[in-house]
Amino acid sequence: MSAILGTGPQHTPIQALRAKKRARNQGGNVLVYAIALAVVALTLGPVLYGVLGGFRTNAQLAQNPAGLPAPWVLDNYLGVLKNPDFWRYAMNSTMIAVTTTLIVVVLGIMAAYPLARYQFRWREPIFMVFVLGLLFPATVAIVPLFILITRDLHMGNTWWGVALPQAAFALPMTVVILRPFLMALPQELEEAAQLDGASRIGFFWRILLPLSGPGMVTVGVLAFVGSWNAYLLPLLLLQGDMRTLPLGVADYSSEHSADTAGVFAFTALAMIPALIFFLAMQKRIVNGLQGAVKG
Amino acid sequence: MILAVAQEVSYVSNSVGNDAASEQLRQPRPDKVQSQQAVGRRRKPADKRKTLEILFFISPALILIAVFMLLPIIQAIRFSVYNWKGFGPLVDFVGLKNYARVLQNEVFTDAMIHNLIIIGGSIALQLPIGLGIALLLNRKMKIQSLLRTIIFVPYVLSEVIAGVIWFQLLQPQYGVVDTIMSKLGIQGPAQGWLGTPELALWTVLAVLTWKYLGLAVILFLAGLQGVPSELYEAAEIDGASWWQIQRKITIPLLGPTLRTWGFLSMIGSLQLFDMVWILTGGGPANSTTTMASFLVSEGTKRQNFGVAAAASVVLFIVALILAISYQQFVLKRDSQPDEDRTKSKKVKV
Repeated sequence: MSAILGTGPQHTPIQALRAKKRARNQGGNVLVYAIALAVVALTLGPVLYGVLGGFRTNAQLAQNPAGLPAPWVLDNYLGVLKNPDFWRYAMNSTMIAVTTTLIVVVLGIMAAYPLARYQFRWREPIFMVFVLGLLFPATVAIVPLFILITRDLHMGNTWWGVALPQAAFALPMTVVILRPFLMALPQELEEAAQLDGASRIGFFWRILLPLSGPGMVTVGVLAFVGSWNAYLLPLLLLQGDMRTLPLGVADYSSEHSADTAGVFAFTALAMIPALIFFLAMQKRIVNGLQGAVKG
Repeated sequence: MILAVAQEVSYVSNSVGNDAASEQLRQPRPDKVQSQQAVGRRRKPADKRKTLEILFFISPALILIAVFMLLPIIQAIRFSVYNWKGFGPLVDFVGLKNYARVLQNEVFTDAMIHNLIIIGGSIALQLPIGLGIALLLNRKMKIQSLLRTIIFVPYVLSEVIAGVIWFQLLQPQYGVVDTIMSKLGIQGPAQGWLGTPELALWTVLAVLTWKYLGLAVILFLAGLQGVPSELYEAAEIDGASWWQIQRKITIPLLGPTLRTWGFLSMIGSLQLFDMVWILTGGGPANSTTTMASFLVSEGTKRQNFGVAAAASVVLFIVALILAISYQQFVLKRDSQPDEDRTKSKKVKV
């Protein structure tokens, strides 16, 4: 410290520091960019290889596995796009994910509201039910769940049969995220609404719901992505035409294991919706991770 | 795995949410203080109406959880003491025999060991690599947000899609991994990476690292943004080197983030199913079975519902023990001293 302070009057410590920082950053930049490039290559490489593999023929893939498409072939992708199964799976995935998301968001915000803003005796114990729910993965209950849904509720092989349990297992997390979010809304808002004659339900509809938009979008995105990517529950519950995309991808790759290029094309097309959705919602997901309130 | 993330998010935003609340209200523990005030302030409410409102709001969620979560868990405990193949009523009561069958079954005890290897391996690989990448990216770079997006991509893909792609890449001899390695003069294993019992589990671990590293990086970066830049400047004025700054300032302040991440990574590894099912199906020679894949194949392929239920109860108990001991020995450090740290992190300039 004293050494820097001693450097001439025209160099304040901060300026000296900034200059030093700039110099060092420039020196380190090459290495940083090199490492970043390597990380990007390792991360995207396999995904890109799959996408490009869909533009090659099986002969090309066998001859030179590490090569680029030469010439580019569209047949694999066209084949998948003309395959009615692909669209059926995509439809099932969409419907199940949308249903799950709607249930989770609606029931989640409803449950979080009294837990955040009402005073009652059972408030903390009920909240603990949700917290403990985080500890129960669907895997633990998967066999009885399968029996319950197929035999007792006769909802095997239906959209609802998958969406309802998925929503149930996503709810604890949703409530645990939303409660502090709703708690953070200032008490004055509620008092002002009460002075203006709004009931607590009126407050919920007219003030709380609009204000908690960002929180609901965050939990909604998480529920959607979770449902879209789910494998185990659909694997046990859905067969034939009711299968979702992950099941379709897995089955296609084992049924057509000789057709590597076709498998790549099918897989690449199946990941596009999730990727687009993710890129559109990326800010929400990252914001959710960093704390929804700031958004 | 999905649930693990969910938990992750909940933990992170839970704490941040509380912080924000405390900032807004300028009160240390918003939940308690707020509730006491409210109780004091509120005039005698129409109690019946209030109860009805609470029931109206909460019961749908509670009913859904009771039917699709609690009931199956209770059923799992019930099934686990019967010998039941899925037909007829539960009559053949066998006590703890199913548990004995599970715990004496080498496939299951190996599966437990595999889960533990995945837990330890995931943390041992993703913690240093993720931390290294996060520290490198935590500077003003024009492409930082682009890099973050790219690193996060594998995490957004489902385990199934990631698994199917890697299954193709790892094909023996004509897969692209073996091709590239043979160009470098390294001969891949004859049975393939996933076909050799000694290598299969490690290969699965490598693919899991590829898939989940992005989550670690994103979370660590988020944690790093909470470290005030004045600390760095002060340290630089004192002549600290980059490495000293990371070791003495950044990493200690990142402690709570790292510990929370570790917890969720652990819970996720315990439930591992999708990736294993796609890559190896638990083989070869049961070298990659996990507890989850064991109970699914017992339940659905062999219809041994009693045994599968016992296995799932064991899985749950293992998860509970690990969660509680992690809470006791690792997360406990966050409860007192780190609360002060969190506050100091929040100081605005």
